[in-house]
Amino acid sequence: MSAHNNRPNIWQRLHIDLPLLIGLLALMGFGLVVIYSAGGEDLALMDRQLVRMGLSLVIMFAVAQINPEILRRWAFPIYIAGIILLLGVHFFGEINKGAQRWLNLGFMEFQPSELIKLAFPITMAWYISKFPLPPKKRYLAGAIVILLVPTLLIAKQPDLGTSILVAASGIFVLFLSGMSWRIVGGCVGAVLAMLPALWFFFMHDYQRTRVMTLLDPEKDPLGAGYHIIQSKIAIGSGGLWGKGWLDGTQSQLEFLPERHTDFIFAVIGEEFGLIGSLLLLTLYLYVIGRGLVIASRAQTSFARLLAGSITLTFFVYIFVNIGMVSGLLPVVGVPLPLISYGGTSMLTLMTGFGILMSIHTHRRFIDR
Amino acid sequence: MSPRKRITMNDHAAEASLFKRRALFTFLCVFVLLSLLLVNLYQLQILSYKDYETRSNDNRIRVVPVAPSRGLIYDRHGQLLAENQPFFSLEMVPEKVSDISGTLDKLSQVISLSSDEKETVIEALKYHRRFKPLTIKNRLTEEQVAEFSVNQHQFPGFSIEAGLKRHYPYNGLMTHALGYVGKINSRDKSSLERNNKWSNYAATKDIGKQGIEKFYESMLLGKPGHLEEEVNNRGRTIRTLKSEPPVPGQDIYLTLDLNLQKKAMELLNGRRGSVVAIDPRDGGILALLSSPTYDPNQFVHGISSKAYNELLNSTSKPLINRATQGQYAPASTVKPHLALLGLENKTVNRKTRIWDPGFWQIPGVERKYRDWKRWGHGWVDVNSAIVSSCDTYFYDLAYKTGVDAIANFMEPFGFGERTGVDIFEESAGIMPSKDWKRLRYNQPWYIGDTISVGIGQGYWTTTPLQLANATAILANKGRRFVPHMLKSIQDQTAKIDSPADELAPIVLKDPKNWDIINEAMRDTAHKSRFTDAKYTAAMKTGTAQVFSVAEDAKYDADTIDERLRDNALIIAYAPYENPKIVLAVVLENAGWGGANAGPVARALLDEYLLRDSWGDKK
Repeated sequence: MSAHNNRPNIWQRLHIDLPLLIGLLALMGFGLVVIYSAGGEDLALMDRQLVRMGLSLVIMFAVAQINPEILRRWAFPIYIAGIILLLGVHFFGEINKGAQRWLNLGFMEFQPSELIKLAFPITMAWYISKFPLPPKKRYLAGAIVILLVPTLLIAKQPDLGTSILVAASGIFVLFLSGMSWRIVGGCVGAVLAMLPALWFFFMHDYQRTRVMTLLDPEKDPLGAGYHIIQSKIAIGSGGLWGKGWLDGTQSQLEFLPERHTDFIFAVIGEEFGLIGSLLLLTLYLYVIGRGLVIASRAQTSFARLLAGSITLTFFVYIFVNIGMVSGLLPVVGVPLPLISYGGTSMLTLMTGFGILMSIHTHRRFIDR
Repeated sequence: MSPRKRITMNDHAAEASLFKRRALFTFLCVFVLLSLLLVNLYQLQILSYKDYETRSNDNRIRVVPVAPSRGLIYDRHGQLLAENQPFFSLEMVPEKVSDISGTLDKLSQVISLSSDEKETVIEALKYHRRFKPLTIKNRLTEEQVAEFSVNQHQFPGFSIEAGLKRHYPYNGLMTHALGYVGKINSRDKSSLERNNKWSNYAATKDIGKQGIEKFYESMLLGKPGHLEEEVNNRGRTIRTLKSEPPVPGQDIYLTLDLNLQKKAMELLNGRRGSVVAIDPRDGGILALLSSPTYDPNQFVHGISSKAYNELLNSTSKPLINRATQGQYAPASTVKPHLALLGLENKTVNRKTRIWDPGFWQIPGVERKYRDWKRWGHGWVDVNSAIVSSCDTYFYDLAYKTGVDAIANFMEPFGFGERTGVDIFEESAGIMPSKDWKRLRYNQPWYIGDTISVGIGQGYWTTTPLQLANATAILANKGRRFVPHMLKSIQDQTAKIDSPADELAPIVLKDPKNWDIINEAMRDTAHKSRFTDAKYTAAMKTGTAQVFSVAEDAKYDADTIDERLRDNALIIAYAPYENPKIVLAVVLENAGWGGANAGPVARALLDEYLLRDSWGDKK
């Protein structure tokens, strides 16, 4: 054991992982630059986003102080509480934009699915890590129950984006735990087989329209296809170098809908071109890489699985959002992580990164 | 360490290495998937860049056409005949108005808006796209514009649109010559599209429908300009990127003489008939009047169907251009031409005399063709036959000449053919021949038909313009021009004269024959209508039967229906020595040509030749 491991430096004592923090701050900074342009140079909007970022950083810092062992112990009760809240939403929730996602607690509105986003991977990691890895098939049934209950409840709200994120985070835990390839393949096959059933029994009309729109956006260019067509035009017209900051005509002249929230990537593509998109993807890849390094260096299975799941969920955000904005995936409400304007997802994501930092900085350095 | 613990330790190590392998694998997957996104972006931003750039520009750039101002029309002395007047209309974008009916009620307190006009708007809304401006009221006065502008804040979605509209200051005076402009209809549109001219009308709403306005449409129209504007997703203009001003239409000067036209109008005084005056030196039309007329301005603003039906169904048919479309039997006005043919063919010479007992018979046939003078003219030669308009002389001449020879001779004088005047509303008239009758009626030609043709009746019909043109050729001794109204075109820098279109002249075997005929016409004028004129004139009258009077019956103008009375005609020119103006006047159902059309011709020639206040050389 080398000397510096025994004498943790200032960042370790603060439970901050500097390389990860730098990546996150770079993304947030980039996000602010883009939001300034996409939001029509609205300073009040910038203020609110800055406050959110500050709050998120504080929460990340706070969460980083919590020993992962505590999370492991509280995982299942929090999960149960989350499920109860989801059921509460189902029966007593407020309907907003046609979806029942919110729970009015009297003093604030609360989205239990955000809590589940965090509680679920912790629970999954807790459950799987109770057994020697790779897990035996007989433990799989429990894992599937833990996975399906929240996924279906959220999908029912309906909130397809979140349910995909939640399901993905669970599946990542299973995969990272060393589940045999046969079972992984079986699961993938099962999901594919489920798609038609999903289409006919679980999807709402507007969701089906979104899928149809993806396949042929030009069919209804002023209706369902409008978002995706304008978004592709914005990105495509950006070219290699982009039209320049504040000079994107698609965004500045408001042809692009949802330009500072879900479709903000189109603004990046338009104003900063392929170079800007490449820079953003590189930053993301860096953060994901760092997350997986943290996961690999973790000392317990629980920590490893949790860190891996959080990191890969972050990736799913990126992939689903950019895929949707650039016309590869149907439109689902997933923001571009750390860039899109809006609070909820940023708080959840930064809490997740807080957990990553906690895992990395609470290692006990023992002799081999 | 106990063995159990060692195993556990080994398991931990195995778990960690299993995790590392899986983590590495997922990282590779992440890398591949992000690369997939990148490949898609490369496809969008590099490979399809041009396409998306175009579509992005299509989104943001709106090309707004700017209408050119229509060329003005002047008479030969520079009097304005067709101008463009500022025009204000009130428009509304339906989707921007929440309570349309209520707002219209409020609006009627600001500018007068009748309940009829309101109804029309409500009705039009049903077929109108909600985001396109709808005209609420046309022809706002300046007071109404001011009233509305002050209260504009109360009417979001309403706006005043300014434009130019054609205006004809002399109303009905020039209608049949100038024609008028009207709203482009679907027929105009498809015709313009066929000729690849539709793009010139990007901002123009009106098009020449008739007359000069239609004939010189492309000259008068000009070329539209363009504004390139950047707009946002709601169509609001952010800024102007580029502007290309329109090229205004060319101003044109006509050969028409406003004062002469006014005089003709005054003389006809609403009677059915027509006046055509031509300058024989170049074929320029000095006056072209068809009476009764109508106000072309009502067509510019869209005539109501009630008013249009009144015009259409009026028994005096004001919509027809009598000067170029009216087909009249020329009657005795073509006797000079027929006499010329007789001289040229040597059927007669200047000394040939025939005896007129008051009627003429085809040799060996009992039927009598009556002269207008029941007791006959006695001995007549070619001069006295023209002066006294002796029918018998011309019955005989026609009989001896034959109809085909007549038709052949008359053709270069323009009978039976369009003159090619520069308006589209023209009829050819009929110059009958044996072939013509066979084609038209599938009947053989009878000698009796030829006899009628000999006094300008029967199947022979002409337009007043043809008559004036044929007279100009007589006065010119064979020199021929295509009659026209365009005198010159105002270019950016100079007034460019439009060259007269001269045709190959008619050359006679004996040119002295021209003089014999013209002298006879001069004598006709100065033995009657022009006895006291201060200039020398030449003329020939005509009285055309509208229906056939039975062989022995007496025509009595007072007892028969007005519509069946004879048409009165006259052709005239002056000065005899150096003709400057040729006239043809037709008055429908007016009776005797000399007595009714004669005074009109005399007054017009006096007006044109004796009034010196016009400044132009005569």
